[in-house]
Amino acid sequence: MGQYRRPPVAVILMVWPPTAMRPANQGQGLGGNVGVLPIVAGTGRPTREAGAIDHRNRISPVVGDQPALPAEARSGTGLAGTRWIARRQFWADSRTPVNEMATVGLFIPCYVDQLYPRVGMATLELLERAGYEVVFPEEQTCCGQPMANTGCSADARPLAERFLRIFSPFDYVVAPSGSCVAMIRHHYDEYLAEVPGFAELKAKTFELCEFLTDVAGVTKLPVRFPHRVGLHQSCHGLRELRLGSASERVEPPFSKVRQLLATVDGVELVTLQRPDECCGFGGTFAVAEEAVSCLMGEDRVADHEGAGAEVLTANDMSCLMHLDGLIRRQHKPLRVMHVAEILAGYPL
Amino acid sequence: MHDAAVDHPKLAAEFTRDKPRAHWHDATLWFVRHKRDKAAQSLPEWETLRETAGAIKAHTMAHLADYLEQFERAATRLGAHVHWAADGEEHNRIVLELLEQHAARRVVKSKSMLTEECHLNPFLEEHGIEVIDTDLGERIVQLAGTPPSHIVLPAIHLKKEDVGQLFHEHLGTTAGATDPKYLAEVARGHLRDKFMRADAGITGVNFAVAETGGLIVCTNEGNADLGVSLPKLHIASMGIEKLIPRAKDLGVFLRLLARSATGQPITTYSSHFHGPRPGGELHIVLVDNGRSELLGSDDFRRSLHCIRCGACMNTCPVYRRSGGFSYRSTVPGPIGSILAPARDPAKYHSLPFACSLCGSCTDVCPVKIDLHHQLLTWRGEIAREGHLPATKRIGMKLGRIVLARPWLYKLLGAWARRIVPRLPRILVYNRLNPWGRQRELPPFPRESFRDQYHRRHDKPRQDTDRHS
Amino acid sequence: MTSRDKILTAIRKARLPAADLPPLERDWITYPDPLEQFGEVLRQIGGAMVRVADRAELAHRLEELPVYRDARQALSLVEGAGRTTIDWHGIDDPHALETVDFAILPGQFGVAENGAVWVTDRGVRQRAIYFIVQHLALAISSASILHNMHQAYERLELGGAEFGAFIAGPSKTADIEQSLVVGAHGPRSMTVFCVDSAEPTPRFGV
Repeated sequence: MGQYRRPPVAVILMVWPPTAMRPANQGQGLGGNVGVLPIVAGTGRPTREAGAIDHRNRISPVVGDQPALPAEARSGTGLAGTRWIARRQFWADSRTPVNEMATVGLFIPCYVDQLYPRVGMATLELLERAGYEVVFPEEQTCCGQPMANTGCSADARPLAERFLRIFSPFDYVVAPSGSCVAMIRHHYDEYLAEVPGFAELKAKTFELCEFLTDVAGVTKLPVRFPHRVGLHQSCHGLRELRLGSASERVEPPFSKVRQLLATVDGVELVTLQRPDECCGFGGTFAVAEEAVSCLMGEDRVADHEGAGAEVLTANDMSCLMHLDGLIRRQHKPLRVMHVAEILAGYPL
Repeated sequence: MHDAAVDHPKLAAEFTRDKPRAHWHDATLWFVRHKRDKAAQSLPEWETLRETAGAIKAHTMAHLADYLEQFERAATRLGAHVHWAADGEEHNRIVLELLEQHAARRVVKSKSMLTEECHLNPFLEEHGIEVIDTDLGERIVQLAGTPPSHIVLPAIHLKKEDVGQLFHEHLGTTAGATDPKYLAEVARGHLRDKFMRADAGITGVNFAVAETGGLIVCTNEGNADLGVSLPKLHIASMGIEKLIPRAKDLGVFLRLLARSATGQPITTYSSHFHGPRPGGELHIVLVDNGRSELLGSDDFRRSLHCIRCGACMNTCPVYRRSGGFSYRSTVPGPIGSILAPARDPAKYHSLPFACSLCGSCTDVCPVKIDLHHQLLTWRGEIAREGHLPATKRIGMKLGRIVLARPWLYKLLGAWARRIVPRLPRILVYNRLNPWGRQRELPPFPRESFRDQYHRRHDKPRQDTDRHS
Repeated sequence: MTSRDKILTAIRKARLPAADLPPLERDWITYPDPLEQFGEVLRQIGGAMVRVADRAELAHRLEELPVYRDARQALSLVEGAGRTTIDWHGIDDPHALETVDFAILPGQFGVAENGAVWVTDRGVRQRAIYFIVQHLALAISSASILHNMHQAYERLELGGAEFGAFIAGPSKTADIEQSLVVGAHGPRSMTVFCVDSAEPTPRFGV
């Protein structure tokens, strides 16, 4: 990916010390003061007091007729209690907040924050264009999934607790990752089952694509991406969040990610031999079981190549990080892009 | 005190070294998974069936003691003898005593993962009894001197050339012959002879019906039926979890079993044994061997619902690319990775980690065992019991320390993004970096997302469409 | 304490949450033409269905079956269909059946969803015959075909000292590289004659 070419040494020296250390950035964001939202994302409007935000009331009322989504697309889990919000203005008046604006707490997974800023920005822009006030709580780091998946519950627990604290004030929590959202929705019970606010957190936390289809009611993305695209259906999004039908189950075919991609002008989705096999990333699995992990990844890449994909996309950057590592080592022409980048209209 | 720990990553890496063969193994099992999908898709009620099967099993487990007693009464009434074995050793002892009482020296055995679990064959052989596995796949691995690598497809790891060579050595087939038809025909002749001369037949049990006292044994080859309808003595070994309450519950399970296992609508033979055949004897050995303990575990009890269809192995992307032997346990794959650590967590601690948590096993399981969640739960158990490798333990602790402190997280992230791209390749890509053995590291951008977010909000209305 | 008591005590100690048996009366699959479905599935699993109008046609079609014609030793337990060349009633040791090339035996009913036929050892003293014979034919009533396995178990009355089996096609194996080989240990072929004229619950003479 061209964006991330190594900067020349001179550039590195220019930006030293690292941004995080610069005083200019201190005091920015939420810090420990979660209740205060310093900036209304993308609008430049002044800070609003948190006291005004009661997320039960902040959810916008249902507007007019509902977007025509297939029934099965709405059958995903975890949507109980979510109000359906039609936002027909989507994209038409970019970054103009809709009245009764609901606030989205932007949850950017740690590795996306550090390694894939473009994915974070694409997510931010998509949510803003869908008419939401988007806030990135500065205090966030990681949901704790690496620890939980390694069996280190004691190490995951404090991260789950702080996640709840940081994201409680928002109407919605949205992340460009099925895996990290699955962690909150399906695996935080072990740490937070009885904690006040947790049930609400679970119900209002969404993966980006399901948020766009199920909550924002997005039916069309007026962007263009004239490429042959292979969609890798990341496992946790698929089998934990049920963002689409899984090949193992007998159910009507649907895919929220594919549904969004299909509305992008010029996208040609290729047909894979194995539509939803795991890429082999699996968190620490990628390192602990390196041999099998890489073989799995190679096989996925080969399937996309064989289907004639130019771009391999997914709704989890972790899968793509792994696949991209293999692709670049083997100097293959395939490129990877997070689905948010395509949906936001970023070029290849 | 414990056997040496199983190093799944190492064994798996050895398996993947022969890449064409690993790909062949993967493709062969994927083919079975694909057949399973087609069979499942042929029934609109598939998910209802799975749900129903899981519920029947949950009910049975909740009343297992009552059902076992009911089964014993019914089976005894039909003329069968019921034996109880607390562990594998007792099971083997019971079987040996029965064989000795009948002066049986030659035994034919149809597929039974339980007798594998109890290591019955070597035990009987030590006592001078010939045991012939009659399922073709099991006979192949028996000739090869290995355990099965899969619970339904025991010789799935072998190519026809391997089988040809084995048969050439043991059964005198033409050197170099690899035609499956020819090889299977020779095996038929060889095993017919064994059937004709057997003094006793041992079978496993797929289902036992509490209400009727019946045993159901499913095969495609007919080997179980031939094995027990010729000699007078039939010994059936079953785990106590094989019970179901009523005959009509079989409708649910027989619809699921073969479709999940091989994609067939039903196995060729689904035999219902109610009592011994006229003039014969039927002995049923009920085996616990750790099952009642597992029943007491809220976390892992559901693994007892397993009907041993093997679908979780066929779909597991790790199993397909690491082979059954990399698990070093009687039952490999996802379900085996739950059962094995229950037996010996120190020995099998690497198995719950031989999993990318993709969840495919959970979705194919015909009785809806939440396999990948149980594997995840096992990881916690293993960490609590102190079996986690130090690298992981310390790594995760450090991770927590950093991630609980945003300033430290930002600092280290910034440093890494600055420093790593500047390092000479040899310092980044070496033996200490398993990620980089076959993969490039991710790109290290100048700015993190939060840097860009700040820049954007520090200078409102600046064009933020492209962030390169 | 015996192992029996030990096991039962351990199980009872587990104290599991109660769980009800699920209902089995569901909207299970049915087929527009169960006989046709049965024949199609049977064909897919390596067997063959031959539909005949009556016993006379059954006898006639049997003669056309090469595996029957070529059989040196044959057995028929279906009234008026085919020859018996062995002393069936005199055989006390099932091993003696090893040389039988062909047998036509009564089946109880067929199942459309999987091509299986239910057989029992009622009136068939040596159940080994179903498995040891080289080529197997079964005769059932065309009207006996049930849609699915739930209907099958509704119909069955299990619990008596009787052996029964669903047989679906010829004996087979795929244990060598997943290559399907028909004729593993048991019959190399399976032909099911579906007789239109027979009673809905046929009892072919033995």
